[in-house]
Amino acid sequence: MTQPAVSVNATEERLAGLDMPAGGWSKPARHDALARVRAMGLPQRRDEYWKYTRPDTLVAATAPKAAVFDPRETPVFDGIDRLKIVFQDGVFDAAASDDLRESGVTIERLSEAQADIHWAADLYGRLETRGQTPVARPLAALNTAFASDGVLIRVSGACARPINLQYHHGAEHSDAMLHHVIKLEQGAALTLLENGPAAARFNKVMEVDVADGASFHHVRAQGRDHERRAVTHIFARLGAQSVFKSFTLTANGVLTRNECVIELTGDDAVAHVAGACVGDGDFHHDDTVFVTHDAVGCESRQVFKKVLRNGATGVFQGKILVKKDAQKTDGYQISQSLLLDGDSQFLAKPELEIYADDVACSHGSTSGAIDEDALFYLRSRGVPHGDATNLLTLAFLAEAVDEIENQALRDEILGRLSGWLERHSG
Amino acid sequence: MSVIDQPQLDETQVKDGVDQETVDAVREVGGAYKYGWSTDIEMEYAPKGLGPDIVRLISEKNDEPEWMTDWRLAAYDRWLEKTEPTWAMVEYPKIDFQDQYYYARPKSMEQKPKSLDEVDPKLLATYEKLGIPLKEQMILAGVEGAEDLTDAPRKVAVDAVFDSVSVGTTFQKELKAAGVIFCSISEAIRDYPDLVKKYLGSVVPVTDNYYATLNSAVFSDGSFVYVPPGVRCPMELSTYFRINAENTGQFERTLIIADKGSYVSYLEGCTAPQRDIAQLHAAVVEIIVEEDAEVKYSTVQNWYPGDENGKGGIYNFVTKRADCRGDRAKVMWTQVETGSAVTWKYPSCILRGNDSQGEFYSIAIANNMQQADTGTKMVHLGKRTKSRIVSKGISAGRAQNTYRGLVSMHPKAKESRNYTQCDSLLIGGNCGAHTVPYIEVKNNSSRVEHEATTSKVDDDQLFYCRSRGMDEEEAVALVVNGFCKDVLQALPMEFAMEAQQLVAISLEGSVG
Repeated sequence: MTQPAVSVNATEERLAGLDMPAGGWSKPARHDALARVRAMGLPQRRDEYWKYTRPDTLVAATAPKAAVFDPRETPVFDGIDRLKIVFQDGVFDAAASDDLRESGVTIERLSEAQADIHWAADLYGRLETRGQTPVARPLAALNTAFASDGVLIRVSGACARPINLQYHHGAEHSDAMLHHVIKLEQGAALTLLENGPAAARFNKVMEVDVADGASFHHVRAQGRDHERRAVTHIFARLGAQSVFKSFTLTANGVLTRNECVIELTGDDAVAHVAGACVGDGDFHHDDTVFVTHDAVGCESRQVFKKVLRNGATGVFQGKILVKKDAQKTDGYQISQSLLLDGDSQFLAKPELEIYADDVACSHGSTSGAIDEDALFYLRSRGVPHGDATNLLTLAFLAEAVDEIENQALRDEILGRLSGWLERHSG
Repeated sequence: MSVIDQPQLDETQVKDGVDQETVDAVREVGGAYKYGWSTDIEMEYAPKGLGPDIVRLISEKNDEPEWMTDWRLAAYDRWLEKTEPTWAMVEYPKIDFQDQYYYARPKSMEQKPKSLDEVDPKLLATYEKLGIPLKEQMILAGVEGAEDLTDAPRKVAVDAVFDSVSVGTTFQKELKAAGVIFCSISEAIRDYPDLVKKYLGSVVPVTDNYYATLNSAVFSDGSFVYVPPGVRCPMELSTYFRINAENTGQFERTLIIADKGSYVSYLEGCTAPQRDIAQLHAAVVEIIVEEDAEVKYSTVQNWYPGDENGKGGIYNFVTKRADCRGDRAKVMWTQVETGSAVTWKYPSCILRGNDSQGEFYSIAIANNMQQADTGTKMVHLGKRTKSRIVSKGISAGRAQNTYRGLVSMHPKAKESRNYTQCDSLLIGGNCGAHTVPYIEVKNNSSRVEHEATTSKVDDDQLFYCRSRGMDEEEAVALVVNGFCKDVLQALPMEFAMEAQQLVAISLEGSVG
């Protein structure tokens, strides 16, 4: 398909400002990705999958300015025993990071793995390419071509403690592109934590290959910098009887687009993706989720909750695609928004595309204000209006937070959410 | 011999040397399309292809004033600039718009018949076969004085469109007494130019979409309804569309205006003969609902769906939209979509008036190689507006069935409400069922709820029916009818019975 001239120009302008790392083993994948970016063109407003989110600032040649924000609170997950890997504006910070040697797991950095042969070569850009059909995700291909760093994690057993990727934002115009590859071998288990605002503009790709019987748990808290912009992608492939569970908390950020593309390729696999987001004022949050069932007896769940106020915008685009032979599929998807005032908006496109007959798939989407009856009940019990609103809001969000299996992590996230609500109430 | 006594069925000629017996035998076999025959009527065609000359010719044939010709030509110019939409989940070979006849009418209609003897019996036979009540045929044929003969307890006024032209409208006299105008749109352009000028294209603008623009340029006929303030239309109004001629596109245009405080219920039915080559149908329906008025629009769409290998059938690209302009206006779309090879249809409601209401009830059945991409748009602009969507999609054979809908709550549509339910049922492992809803909420006092499920026909229910002695097909038909109950109940009596049978017929051959 030929691209309109305007898109070609925007794409070339963006590409002109980027340097492709030498790459070693990743070189072919990077060149392939660059060719794909040129063929697809970077996203434009009129692209169907960018209908509700303006891609302009994510595509622009330079990153718009984002003031560095001091959250004045201890970083998320600080109270949890974990292996910490720190990136400052997209650059690895050795001094702040822990020793990368850990039993049951090998961790390397993308920028350091320069040999010609590497296990990650089978995955780098591969899962991303698979995730490009039927919907093009040019920003992910751009990342594959130009990512400056990232981690390559290979888990062969059970990783003793969670791995925490921490992203710091220190420069007002930083433009970071990180690409992680995670491979869980048969029966392996890993919990991955991510937190922090990363940069003024952040483009991240994470490719996760979950082999048969392996389990991957992912909990992420995106940074609270008000002016930051982020587009993140998760591409996951699941083997038989494997488990993939991902939860994302988003508070603040002028623009966030989280894409999650999951392919269930082995029988009886389980994939849960959840998100809770709270936005106040100039806040645009977009969850775009695409789950493909390509095996028998798999289960998928998408639970997304958004609380919006003062003109904040929440977007949800979710799809469950059940291929012809994916019988006995159990697919579920819910997207709900709570609009705390008349200026905020919720835009949703929850889709089902089903080609197998013996399935049970459902989706639901609701939008509305706080339930007046419940509010009245709490107030009649002596709870002040603000507290009652916060209590009901937290209860609304809890359904998504409950998707986190680990109690300590769940409590940590709930604590952050109630802190945010207290700061933003009234 | 009077028309009534004629042995109508035998009159029909069957093409290509096939005898009637064979046709009947084939028709009895499960899964056959009941309305697949064609009538061998001498037709008058405009030359094949599309250009400004054809547009002018159509306008001339309809005896249209100059403003109408200009309106059409402007639409044609815009159409040239537009590109065919590709976003729907339907696939079909590229349509050659130059390989179509844009105008065809029975030759006998050149001059309107004055008495029964002048009516082409084949035309009447066609409508008899389609099940349109006998006595009304005389009126359809335009015979003067025939209206007095009718004494049916429940009256339905019919406007029948045969290929490109309206062949007649029944009960005009009685409707006139009530002040209701119900005639073909070509008559309306001549007789009520002020009304047509005021409302035509005001709901579906000329440039709305590719097919609506094409329709604006070449529409040949259709129905026109005007219900004056405070009038409750004394009977159901109905249009019957029949594509007969080969390679003919049918482009009809319907315009319904319900003035303040009025009420009208409108029924639409369609069939087409069985042909190997796909035929194009691109209609536009515009409804204007003023303050306190109510319009019910029910469709049973049963165009020829093509054979089990996807050969032939109608490409049905339809734009239907109702504009609730006044406060407390109400519109209700009910559709049973069982036919057409490809359906692309989204009857919409613009809820502009405060407290206005829109409802959409739909059953879409796709069997064999059929593809349906259908749904609705509910655009909430006024305060306290309400909408309700109930969509039931059934896929069987190798068919693809998509619900595509939009619910939009504008910032000013305070305290509005929407409820959407989309259920899909899959019969067999080679078909697809898809749901693509768009939900846009821009104020917080409105509530929007959307639910969708996809499942297969429940084995327990089937087993129960089988254990009671039903065969598998009967059992499936019963379960599917139960699945569709919410929508079937919303249909007017006349259509509900027919629709129930249609549900069963459409699914024949889909099990086992």
